[in-house]
Parts: sequence; C-alpha cells; structure tokens
Amino acid sequence: MSILVDGSTRVVVQGITGRAGSFHARACLDYGTRIVAGVTPGRGGQKLDDRVPIFDSVAEAKQLTGCNASLIFVPASGAVDAMLETAASGIELIVCITEGIPILDMVRARRSLEGTSTRLIGPNCPGVITPGQCKIGIMPGYIHKPGPVGIVSRSGTLTYEAVWQLSQTGIGQSSCVGIGGDPVHGLGLREVIEMFDRDPATEAILVIGEIGGCEEQEAAVFWETSSRKPTAVFLAGVTAPPGRRMGHAGAVITGTSGTVAAKIEAFQAVGIPIILSPADIGKGMAKALAAAVT
Amino acid sequence: MNVFEYQARDLLGQYGLPIPVGGVATSPEEARHIAERLAKGPFVVKAQILAGGRGKGRFLSGFSGGVRLCSHPAEVEEIARVMLGGVLVTMQTGPEGRSVNKVLVAEAPQISRELYLAILIDRGRRCPVVIGSAQGGVDIEEVARKDPEAIHRIWVDPQVGFWPYQARELAMRMGLHGPLLNPAADVIVRLYRFFCECDASLSEVNPLAVIENEKFAVIDAKIGFDENALFRHPEIAACRNEVVEDAREAEALKAGLNYVGLSGEIGCMVNGAGLAMATMDILHRYGGEPANFLDVGGGADQNQVTKAFAILMADPKVRAIFVHIFGGIMQCDVIARGIVEAVSHTKPKVPVVVRLQGTNFEEGKAILHQSDLLIRTADDLAEAAQKAVAAARET
Repeated sequence: MSILVDGSTRVVVQGITGRAGSFHARACLDYGTRIVAGVTPGRGGQKLDDRVPIFDSVAEAKQLTGCNASLIFVPASGAVDAMLETAASGIELIVCITEGIPILDMVRARRSLEGTSTRLIGPNCPGVITPGQCKIGIMPGYIHKPGPVGIVSRSGTLTYEAVWQLSQTGIGQSSCVGIGGDPVHGLGLREVIEMFDRDPATEAILVIGEIGGCEEQEAAVFWETSSRKPTAVFLAGVTAPPGRRMGHAGAVITGTSGTVAAKIEAFQAVGIPIILSPADIGKGMAKALAAAVT
Repeated sequence: MNVFEYQARDLLGQYGLPIPVGGVATSPEEARHIAERLAKGPFVVKAQILAGGRGKGRFLSGFSGGVRLCSHPAEVEEIARVMLGGVLVTMQTGPEGRSVNKVLVAEAPQISRELYLAILIDRGRRCPVVIGSAQGGVDIEEVARKDPEAIHRIWVDPQVGFWPYQARELAMRMGLHGPLLNPAADVIVRLYRFFCECDASLSEVNPLAVIENEKFAVIDAKIGFDENALFRHPEIAACRNEVVEDAREAEALKAGLNYVGLSGEIGCMVNGAGLAMATMDILHRYGGEPANFLDVGGGADQNQVTKAFAILMADPKVRAIFVHIFGGIMQCDVIARGIVEAVSHTKPKVPVVVRLQGTNFEEGKAILHQSDLLIRTADDLAEAAQKAVAAARET
C-alpha cells in the first residue's frame, strides 16, 4: 500500500512534446511508471519514442488508454486550462509541475475543482512518488527507497535532501508528496497527513513546511484528536526576512501565523518534535521512529 | 512586486477611482511647476519610497516627515529640495533608510473622515477578501490587535464574482450611509475590478478619505502585483525597472535569477527555494549571516551559474561564497563544470565552499578537485555550513 499512486497507476502526460514534458516523461518511464499516453493538442497520432501514443485531448487519451492520473507540464498561461480539461474528463489525480501560474487563475481552478472527484497536487511542485512503484514528477527517483516513512512537503530540492538523508540512514519511504510552493494550490499538508494516517504501509510521517500561510497550524490541529503515528517536522525559513512577499494587509488575515516561530509553537503544542537543523532530518526521523518503538 | 504610490495612483485612476490631482517630480523646480498648475492649495509633498510609515519618518539629514503639507508653490519647491536626494528612515525601512529620487505633489483636500479599504487573497479560503474599516489613516495591524471588531471582511466566491450589494454591505458596516452609501460602493466595486483585471496581490487604500462631506478621495495607496501574472500586463511589468531599488536585485532580475539581497557576509547560491531558505537557516545556526537568498532554479545552466557568481562577487560585503546544490534534474557534474568555469573566469577574491549532493555528485566533486582552483568541498550539510562560516571569518 501507499497513498495516491502505486504500480497500477496509469499516467497521461500533458505537454509531453515540450522540452520538460518529454524529458521527464522518459525519466518516469525509466523509473517504471506506467506512462500510457501523452497529450499535446494538434499532435494527436504521433508517438513519443515509438512507445507512448500522443492524443489531441485528455478525454480521448482516457477513452483509449484508461489513464487515471495526469502529469502536467503545460506552460503557466495554459496550465489551468489543462487542469480543467483533465477534471472534465473524470481523471482522479492531477499532478501539476508548472510554476508561475497567476494566483487568480489558481483561485478559479480550485473553485472549479470543488465538488469533482479530481484531486490536485501542485502546482509548482516536484510531484508524488511511491518508491519502487510509481514516480509522477520530476524528483530524482534513485534517491528514494521503499519503506515506512510518508513524506509531505511544501518544497522541492529540500525534500530531495530529506529523502537522501533518510535513505542514507537506512529509512525508506512509503510515498513522498510535494504539495507545491504556491499560495493557492491543491491538496494541503493536512489532507496528505490524513491519507498517511489511514495508510497501513505508512508507519511514520515527516512534514517539511516553510514560512508563509497557516497550513502547518491547520495540520498540527490534526494530532489533537487522531491516533498518532510517529511524526517529525522540519520548517524552513526561520531566518527569512519578514515582509518580502507578505503585504501589509496580509498580516491582518494571518497575524503572525506566517512565521516559523508560530508554526513551531503549533506543533510543539501537540507534542510533535521539531527538527531544528536541515542537516539533522534523517537523524531526527530516526529518533522519532525509535521513540515510538520503545 | 510593489509599486510606488505615484504609479499606483496612475493605475487606480484608470479604473475611475477618485485620485486627488497632482504629479510626480524629480527636481524641486518641477515640483513647484506641478503645484503652480494645480488649481488651489494646500498641497502635499510626499517622498516616494517603497515602504510605509513615511509621515512619521525622518531623513538622515535630520529633516522630519516624508509627507509634508505646504500652502504655496514656493514652499513645495523648498520641501522637495530637502527630500530629493535625501535618505528617509521609517519604521519599515530599517536604519539604513531609502533614497528619495521622486516626490509626489498633489492637492491636499480637506478631510472629514478617514476609512480603510483593501483587497487581497485569503490563502486559507483560496479567494479574494475585501476588507474595510471605519478606522483609516492609522496602522491597520494596530487596529486589528486592539479592536478586531472594527475590521470587516467580505469573502468573494470566484465563480460568482463581487456584486454591488456586497460593496454596499461592506460600506454600511464601515459606517457609510445616506448620500455616501452609493458612492462608497462604487469606489469598492472599482477597486475590486482593478484588483482582478490587473492581477494585483494587494490593493490597499489607506486612508480612503471622505471630503467635502459627500465625496471620496484616495489619499494613499499601497499596491502589489502577482509576479506570476506580469506576462499578461506589459504596462505593469514596465514599472519594474523603477521599483527594483537594490542594484544586486536588478542584476539578478536581468539574469532571470530569484534573488533577495540581505546584509550578511556569506554569498549563497542554492537550487530550490526551500533548500535556499534551509541553507540560510543553517548558516545562522553556526554563527554566519547570509548576504543573500539566491535560488538558481531547477534547470540552471552554466551561463546562469556564471552570472550568479558575478552577482555574488559584486557585493563588497561578501567574504565567502557558499554553493549548495542538490542535483536532481541538475546533474552535479554539469554544475561542477559551471562552477569551475565561473571561478576561473571571475577569479573570486574570497573563498568558495561547495556542497554537491545527488545525481552524479562523485563526478562533480572529482571535477572540482582536479581543477587546481581553491574550491573547498564538503559532503555533509552541517560540515559544509561550518566550512562556509569559517571561510568568511578568515578574510
């Protein structure tokens, strides 16, 4: 078991003929992901490397290949269109890698996805991987190894660093989900944590958060009531200068909740250990696991 | 991206928001001419910097106030002469202050009430929120702290949009009734249209003034734009040349690098924003101070690495350079060649510490060691950070 994706997931890549799309489609195929289709409007009938059929629309790809997850590399100006097309065709999971999507477009996209059965990961994210089974994203596959820790993160390369440290320490991962760095995005920290909590293959959870917003606090509340799996948290940006992205009136909504200090407090209030140094993520997770055994 | 007040006025004016007449000046004479062209005094002269708290600010010269009322064009010229070229320090600028290169000269209407109005995105609810308060002209965070009931919010369903009845509801909650109600709703609706059509991230009018007991005037506005949407607003993107004040940030922008200037001594080059922040954090843990945040992105090539080096080295405060790359899509051997190329080309006078991890990191390290350049390496993140901090102390 795992969350969101496994060896049976059938993936369509939107924007498969672009530079990033074709490069990562190949990398996912090499990892063993079942990339069954590509979509680039106007390029239907062609193939990627003589093995992946390309279609003009997601609906067509779904009808002919039975794909049930989509990986989006469409540029920012067309990415929301690609997401809505996927949702309209009834595909259950969208992983959107694209960065630079206007926030108001994402506001409308999220609203449109409400009430549908489609779940969105990203945008501006590394994607999701279930080690040894399925990689839908741009993360380097080989640093992962199958195991008990579920990772959810708002970051990209910092997650790779964390995975690397875990794998070096001999701790494998059940699934790793990068939810993306944009202010308005798909699945949140809390939703992914709940999935990990329900997943029998996940024995422990690593949360990687950062400054801005208040998703960490919303996630922390989860441990007030739930039966818990050992969890550790790392938060990036404790020394970031305030106010570079957050406007004056933004503080009215969030108060000081965007700071790392406020997030640390929220996790400590529910007894979740905080890993203070990014060099200690592997060790910190090992400690959380060991504490759970005893 | 935040813009100057004079730019915000122009943009809001295009949406029919009531802006007191005025103009922007770069010389005292020009300031006087603007005042002479305006129908009547009194006038207000406002230093144009990208920070709040100007009214209570103080110039390094000792002159007090970045916002001054004047009654004659001659006085406008005098005040502009003191402000232009000066450095204004406010609660938001830090002790180094900001240089004033432009002043806004405008009519100063007689104000009978000061209100607060803003629109921004509520991340948690994933929708725009329109905020109003009868307590304007003061620090809104202070109001939120002392009297949270005085702040009113209307959340907007993006599928339905924002309608006049909602604007009227907010206006009434702000204490606006009778002949003021419909004009107030009109102002709010126009600000909302501006917010959506221009892809603003923040539109704050503080104060929104009631003048002559029946009209409104935008006395000050703070406007920020969503950088992701600038591609569809070339006229707003053009403001960028004016607003990037830090020379290092301007260079980085040209090179397509994500850079934020800080005040420390260790120049950082990292791939990925989260890792870049974590790198700053760990330098702090070992007593170092980053000179910058610099994310070269997931697909940076040799050219960008070279440019990044040039920007780091142009900063006289930098005493060591710390390159921290986790190779995913980027392969460490490619990055290592870029670093060797950049170092031999730019010949940094400060030590360079490199940590490469991930795809092909062994090859990358070998390339660095074979280069005969004095590049220090470390495998472990803590060790690398300690080396960088130590290197910055040597020079």
